[in-house]
Amino acid sequence: MSASVEQRPPGVGSGPDEVIRTEQLTKVYPGDIRAVDGLDLSVQRGEIFGLLGPNGAGKTTTAGMLTTRVIPTGGRAFVGGVDVVAHPTAAKQVIGVVPQTNTLDRALTVWENLYFHGRFFGMGAKTSKTEATRLLEQFRLADRAEAPVLALSGGMAQRLMVARAIMHQPAILFLDEPTAGLDPQSRIALWDILGELHAAGQTILLTTHYMEEADELCNRLAIIDRGKLLALDTPAALKQSVGIDAMVTVTAAGDLDQLANVLRDEIPNATTVDHSDGVVRMGVRQIQGVLPKVVEAAERHGFSVSDLSSTEPTLETVFINLTGKDLRE
Amino acid sequence: MTTITSPATIPSVKELERSARKSTRTAFRALFLRDLTVLRKSLKEFLPRTLLQPFLLVFIFTYVFPKIGQGVGGSGAAAAEFSTRLVAGVIGLSIMFQGIQSVALPMVQEFGYTREIEDRVLAPMPVALVAIEKVISGAFNGLFAALLVFPIAAIVPATPVHLDINWPVLLTLAPLACYMCGALGLTFGTRFDPRTVPMLFGIVVLPLTFLGAIYYSWSSLAPIKWLQVFVLVNPLVYMCEGFRAALTTSEHMSLWAVYPVMIGFSALFTWLGISGFKKRVLS
Ligand SMILES: Nc1ncnc2c1ncn2[C@@H]1O[C@H](COP(=O)(O)OP(=O)(O)OP(=O)(O)O)[C@@H](O)[C@H]1O
Ligand SMILES: [Mg+2]
Repeated sequence: MSASVEQRPPGVGSGPDEVIRTEQLTKVYPGDIRAVDGLDLSVQRGEIFGLLGPNGAGKTTTAGMLTTRVIPTGGRAFVGGVDVVAHPTAAKQVIGVVPQTNTLDRALTVWENLYFHGRFFGMGAKTSKTEATRLLEQFRLADRAEAPVLALSGGMAQRLMVARAIMHQPAILFLDEPTAGLDPQSRIALWDILGELHAAGQTILLTTHYMEEADELCNRLAIIDRGKLLALDTPAALKQSVGIDAMVTVTAAGDLDQLANVLRDEIPNATTVDHSDGVVRMGVRQIQGVLPKVVEAAERHGFSVSDLSSTEPTLETVFINLTGKDLRE
Repeated sequence: MTTITSPATIPSVKELERSARKSTRTAFRALFLRDLTVLRKSLKEFLPRTLLQPFLLVFIFTYVFPKIGQGVGGSGAAAAEFSTRLVAGVIGLSIMFQGIQSVALPMVQEFGYTREIEDRVLAPMPVALVAIEKVISGAFNGLFAALLVFPIAAIVPATPVHLDINWPVLLTLAPLACYMCGALGLTFGTRFDPRTVPMLFGIVVLPLTFLGAIYYSWSSLAPIKWLQVFVLVNPLVYMCEGFRAALTTSEHMSLWAVYPVMIGFSALFTWLGISGFKKRVLS
């Protein structure tokens, strides 16, 4: 079997608790666009699993293949043990999906969107009615029940799509960038909902390009870029894997190439030093006493430091380390 | 916030594959129910769009013209014959419009940027059956329209209309015609770029209707041989001729041609429609 086995933390592996599995999953779109390229993933029951990657990394395509809407061109994918390509109807019974775009049924009202979704998934008329009403209460949309979905704000529409996706109690919930375009308040409200679902044992696969979201919510994270898996672990382990205690950012005028060289030579604790966007970034192992040395060294070589900061390593650091580029272009 | 119920445990793969049959049936019914609800909610638009065109056709050709002495088909018996022939054509036309309007037009939005069809595609049933459901609900719309139009076609004309209903033919032909037009709608809606679908009416539907044996019977085209042969590619011709056989004693194309060709068109449009639908919703 493939390398993903060794990457699994202890106790994580195939077996009855594995609810999502991909083996060398690949999607090549016409025009030889390798959107997903040999992806191996394994998600355990009850996990919030994150797919983190920049625009075009292949997150939506991966979620699309797992939810039967995108047909893989190679490899295999299983949800709840069901091969999604061979048995899409069986697979669709166990998943709930919040797509990246608003796919609410505009011919129906807010309440009807939920009601008919319940019916699609085999809920009786009565159950579907009471569940639709209950969910609207729970997601604070009850006062909009009779409104057309076009009258909802972006955040409300997003809440309604989450309500719709969990209505039939899917074993696995997929959310594709659920908080993109939400204001901070709505984002936190959605995080709370996902937290509650997680507490109730819901398995969740979530895609995002927000570091904070991945850090805050996910038990484990797969960092992907250009359709390839770059790293897979818990957020804490990923941050530790960078092997630094702090990230020092130096802003100064002048030839930053030269400044980077100076710092590389003069700061013994520095692990990595590079520069972009007018700042020098430096990974440091022992941060105590480093900052004064940075200023001293820079000024001795004729640089005047206008800003200096140090932060704990974040997922962003991890990402820059892995790809050599910033996640927010 | 109130409690969130804990998620279901996952049934075994075997159980899921077994329950796929049942989930398909239920989902299919629910989709149909959804379409009925949309129809009920849009009755305000459905009625005028269904009734106006047939009413105007019948009113001008079979009421106004005879009254102002500009009768089509002459006067007296010939005028009555024309009115009778037009009844069948108007019903065929209404069914075809319904197929396109209730299946193809909504797809502009459903396949549009937001792809709102997606939630229905995710219902636990095969994608091909989501497409078939659209055809069936389009067929139902067509049947409903035909029922509404029938009284107009029979009552409005100033000249008497002689109907002679052949029930076995009517009861088999009407569903077949409705199905065929639903499938035609699916083909149009999936095979044309969504943005050009509204243009369909101008460049595709208009020729179909004018060359669809609505105002004249197919056999009467005999003097223009090339046209008579050319219009044979038009499915509407077979429908109108079939309805002539079902409703009137006017001359009509042989049913031995009407049924097989309509079944053939139905199969063709179903195939084109389903494969087009899959192309749109799966990638
Ligand atoms: N239907 C399609 N046809 C052709 N190429 C596609 C299609 N869908 C996606 N792609 C390409 O596949 C790659 C991955 O796209 P995907 O939507 O999976 O990325 P993503 O990680 O979800 O990005 P974003 O953060 O922007 O949503 C991109 O290069 C995209 O252009
Ligand atoms: Mg995406």
